[in-house]
Amino acid sequence: MTYPGILIQALVFPGLAFSAAAGLFLSWVDRKVTARVQMRQGPPLLQPFYDVAKYFVKETCIPSGATPAVFWAAPLVGLAGATTASTMIGGSLLDPSRGYVGDLIVVIYLLVLPSLAVILGAFSSGNPLASLGGSREMKLLLAYELPFVLALAVPILNAGSIRLGDLAVTVTVARPSGVLALLVALICIQGKLGLVPFDLPEAESELTGGALIEYSGAPMGIFRLTRTMLLYVLPLFLVSAFCGPAAAGGALRGLICLVLLVVSVTLIRNTAPRLRIDQAVKFFWGPVSVVALAALALQAGGW
Amino acid sequence: MGMAVKILTRSLNAFHLSGSACNNCDIEVLDALTPRYDLERFGITLVGSVRQADLLLLCGAFNRKSAERLRRVYHEAPKPVVVAAVGSCACSGCIFRHSYNWEEPVDSYIPVDVYIPGCPPKPEAMIAAIVKTIAKLRGG
Repeated sequence: MTYPGILIQALVFPGLAFSAAAGLFLSWVDRKVTARVQMRQGPPLLQPFYDVAKYFVKETCIPSGATPAVFWAAPLVGLAGATTASTMIGGSLLDPSRGYVGDLIVVIYLLVLPSLAVILGAFSSGNPLASLGGSREMKLLLAYELPFVLALAVPILNAGSIRLGDLAVTVTVARPSGVLALLVALICIQGKLGLVPFDLPEAESELTGGALIEYSGAPMGIFRLTRTMLLYVLPLFLVSAFCGPAAAGGALRGLICLVLLVVSVTLIRNTAPRLRIDQAVKFFWGPVSVVALAALALQAGGW
Repeated sequence: MGMAVKILTRSLNAFHLSGSACNNCDIEVLDALTPRYDLERFGITLVGSVRQADLLLLCGAFNRKSAERLRRVYHEAPKPVVVAAVGSCACSGCIFRHSYNWEEPVDSYIPVDVYIPGCPPKPEAMIAAIVKTIAKLRGG
């Protein structure tokens, strides 16, 4: 493929522009469902767009105790990770024969970048509350990565491949092991998205915004945009790994799975209270990992 | 009306700053954010950090000690920012204006855009004030 082609894929479709638009729409769905759960009217369709765009028309304050270079680079690193991951996942769905052996592992690493960016940004801002938020994000990252990778091992074993395209044409969720693994992965993306019950890096009540407390203006807008994109990219990743959306006649199933996943994430965040960091780590390394191992054992046993 | 003003007024992040208030205005501010009034319809949400604020809600009679903090918080907020004095104490000092620790009303420390009198003001009064401020910002 030519370089302009790659650039268009990364920046327009299925990369930055498309996944940002999809993320903004899904974030509206998320807020509207939340509003209906609380018996409210909810925000208008374009509200998530205004919320992100607003940061770009405001002043950017850089705290005097901050490291400006890292303070500015961190959100860009996160955005780059989300953009590249969305391009690779979207590309493998459009044409499952494309991609290379091991691109799944690259995507798993790319999806860590946004969390890493939050940690970097938090520590570079020089605010003690942000450092607390950053260290919580780091512990949370260590906690949910183990069950997340274990859960992804189920579709990998099922498809017998570590290529995104091969996973995208295999339906893993039709097996008992696939259902269990998808549930584990759903809980893990709740942590990756930083939503309740795992919103402790941002803990509004005790850390007043936590990791991103010092961010304002354009860098804050980029963080918000990345978070919004992840609301589309992470469920899409699970759909492509578990639901076989690129298989013959699988597009509709994939779309239904995507909407179901986003609505589940929203309902979990509306009905659960926040966990403490020790509870969250115990939860991920204990029950969630055990269920992931059980799913793996079922898969190995041919279920 | 510029694009920037339109975007800004469609998505106001409120930051609630309580300076030695008796807590009644604080409770009414929280009331205004409950599902009954549903301010998210108009894009108004509460934020925890002043760095992300577009609307400062000041409650209470700011005294010698808290006025210093008020100035600092105002300078930490990224501009443009709308400042609303909520309640009679923030507007004028009210019954505390002859207190030993009271110096001046809020608007002598920082510029205030809108005054919402009342002890405490009703959520409807706050919403009316914010609507008027948005209309003024848009040049209506």
